[in-house]
Amino acid sequence: MSPFLALVRRDLALAFREGGAVGTTLGFYLMVVTMLPLGLGPDLNLLSRIAPGVLWVALLLAALLSLDRIFLNDYEEGALEVMALGPMPLELVAAAKSLAHWISTGIPLALITPALGLLLNLDIDAYGVLVLTMLAGTPAISFIGAIGGALTLGLRRGGLLLSLLVLPLYVPTLIFGISSVNAVLMGPGGFAASFLILCALSLASLVLAPIAAAAAIRMQLQ
Amino acid sequence: MKLIANDLAVDRGGRLIFRGLSFTLASGEGLLLTGPNGAGKTTLLRTIAGFLRAAEGEIRLEGADAEHALAEQCHYVGHLNGIKASQTVAENLSFWAAYLGAIGGGGMGSLPLDEALERLSLKSLRDIPAGYLSAGQKRRLGLARLLVAARPIWLLDEPTVSLDAASQAVLAAMVRDHIEAGGLAIAATHLPLGLDFARELTLGRGGRATP
Repeated sequence: MSPFLALVRRDLALAFREGGAVGTTLGFYLMVVTMLPLGLGPDLNLLSRIAPGVLWVALLLAALLSLDRIFLNDYEEGALEVMALGPMPLELVAAAKSLAHWISTGIPLALITPALGLLLNLDIDAYGVLVLTMLAGTPAISFIGAIGGALTLGLRRGGLLLSLLVLPLYVPTLIFGISSVNAVLMGPGGFAASFLILCALSLASLVLAPIAAAAAIRMQLQ
Repeated sequence: MKLIANDLAVDRGGRLIFRGLSFTLASGEGLLLTGPNGAGKTTLLRTIAGFLRAAEGEIRLEGADAEHALAEQCHYVGHLNGIKASQTVAENLSFWAAYLGAIGGGGMGSLPLDEALERLSLKSLRDIPAGYLSAGQKRRLGLARLLVAARPIWLLDEPTVSLDAASQAVLAAMVRDHIEAGGLAIAATHLPLGLDFARELTLGRGGRATP
């Protein structure tokens, strides 16, 4: 088995085992989305109008909670040091770990979105496109998040700083994710453009973010 | 294969740790690093492993597989063991075997998982989550990594921490076998490992080294 696959498989196994990491992320997503109608009142038209945006923002916050999982444990346990000496450059280590994070966080979050859409009276036309944009946009969340995770490794209670560093970088993904959903709901046209930019953001982060994350890890290991 | 350090100087946070350090270590030789706390033993090992950059001088490997960088040919055993508490002993070790793979040649081969566990008396703990192990057992699991993934250079930083006398003897035998198979080992330790290292390098305060 190649080292890359070995690392992805291990991180996935740990994500589904260690302290229910995946479960807490999904639970947080569910909680944020359930709280909102309680705060706004039962105005179905209002809920339906803001549902795509609420779901996207809640997804970002839920994903944010799980970002420190990417590197922090391995750093504290010394495994990251051993990986740095392994056969893969740290860029690929960062990519493998971000990929495992996407599979264990981004995909499950996107897939339970339809269930939460029901709570918000989401427009029936929006279900498919919302899940599609989330699947296309969440790789950027995991890969860009890995930069923040790597930068805050040496800090105690780095979680808050991580959010401050990473959230602004999520703005483009959020904008184009929501605008492609709105293009379908409010028509006419415009979906392809927004969706392609969303995909481009994910693809660019796939390539560039591991380089930045690896540089940050090298600095932390000094 | 020859590991050569030439006129090495390393500083951390603006403080000079050592300078003018030179040594040569050939295949089948071991180097013992001694010196008081803060003399730079860990710093030297981490510099060889490539975590730290030397301010002056260079470290290079001669006569080795040119495809792999120096850092890739090293095993570094630091203060942490790199063990996942929620995975079993065997899962931990098989991940490292799959991830690290074998680099090197000659007499240095990787042991199969079970033989490595046997050697460090961890066989009976094979399917227990590593979180339940004692400190000494965790250390042994961390050291088992050296056996399942062959590397020509072993960098050992206080490898005997929390090991009992019997395990220290096992470790000493492991290092001896590695050196006899043509490997290189550099160990920083306060305890005599029971090893006849070819050379000893004493790092002193103020950055002087006496070979």
